[in-house]
Amino acid sequence: MVFMHELGIATSILESVQKEAERHPGAHISKVGVKIGELSGVDRDALQFGFEVLVKDTELDPLVLELEFIPRMQRCSKCAYEFRMTDFDPRCPLCGDLATECISGEELDIAYMEVDE
Amino acid sequence: MNRIAIEKKVLNENQILAEQLRERYRQNGVLCVNLISSPGSGKTALLERTLERMDKSERVAVLTGDLQTENDARRLAKFGFPVRQITTGGTCHLDAKMIGRHLEDWRLENLGLEDLDLLIVENVGNLVCPSSYDLGEDAKIVLLSTTEGEDKPLKYPSIFFKSELMLLTKIDLLPYVPFSADLARENARRIHPGMEIIDVSSTTGEGLDRWMEWLKARQEKVRASLQSAVD
Repeated sequence: MVFMHELGIATSILESVQKEAERHPGAHISKVGVKIGELSGVDRDALQFGFEVLVKDTELDPLVLELEFIPRMQRCSKCAYEFRMTDFDPRCPLCGDLATECISGEELDIAYMEVDE
Repeated sequence: MNRIAIEKKVLNENQILAEQLRERYRQNGVLCVNLISSPGSGKTALLERTLERMDKSERVAVLTGDLQTENDARRLAKFGFPVRQITTGGTCHLDAKMIGRHLEDWRLENLGLEDLDLLIVENVGNLVCPSSYDLGEDAKIVLLSTTEGEDKPLKYPSIFFKSELMLLTKIDLLPYVPFSADLARENARRIHPGMEIIDVSSTTGEGLDRWMEWLKARQEKVRASLQSAVD
């Protein structure tokens, strides 16, 4: 079940690269960089594996998928301190306030592609 | 070698369609909610009790997703409101394209969004994949039942983070199961501080009034924002 999910994500990444490739005729895309947030619900190993299986059947092979993990960061609404949320504790480590908001970690974004022209 | 910055969502295509749906719901004053849970947490049972309590004049419709079978649509059609089954044929979540296609089918049967006030989407039973796919809904609602583990929010943080409301279902079974409702609520709020939580039982009816009120209040909000856009 989980794997099927990552396979869908891998397919979407490949489709995006294919679209980009059409805009650069003759160019060779060697790498695609994707940001995976801690809260994205995507397993990086499963995505990497699914992508490697799928890319073999395309003209983009041997395209490399580079994943960047984005941790869940919180910002304190009171003192503006930004911190990495660990052990699901939203409390501000500086002032102890509970009203902190999530500022990153939901990413599931294509960040860049590397092209050999 | 040349690096091109892209900065777009992996699920960009789905996101575009979802935003279009969201805009259509907004323009028609439709509240769309997306119900998500593990298989067997009681989504369909909750919807049965929800539809049962609604006045026949209410303009509500249901899209229910499953990998296979029309069973849920059959269960829900009894109440006289429009219901369509989305069978994904193996896909573990609903996506915006599927929703759009079924809205189009309804339109061909002369049921448009202008005829609705509430669209309830029952997602495929799964806590992982549905969290990634925006369906254009106004709110995601996650169900957790007392026959599951209290640590589900910690194991599947994404969906608990993204849901505005958690329904703690099968609350009538509390005396018979080793489940701490307090711990489950605490875990959910560790992931999503301030998250609204309503305890419900589709068997005894406990908490259903509060759930119906929640829906009503959200519908009011959608209507009010439509009205202020007109004014």
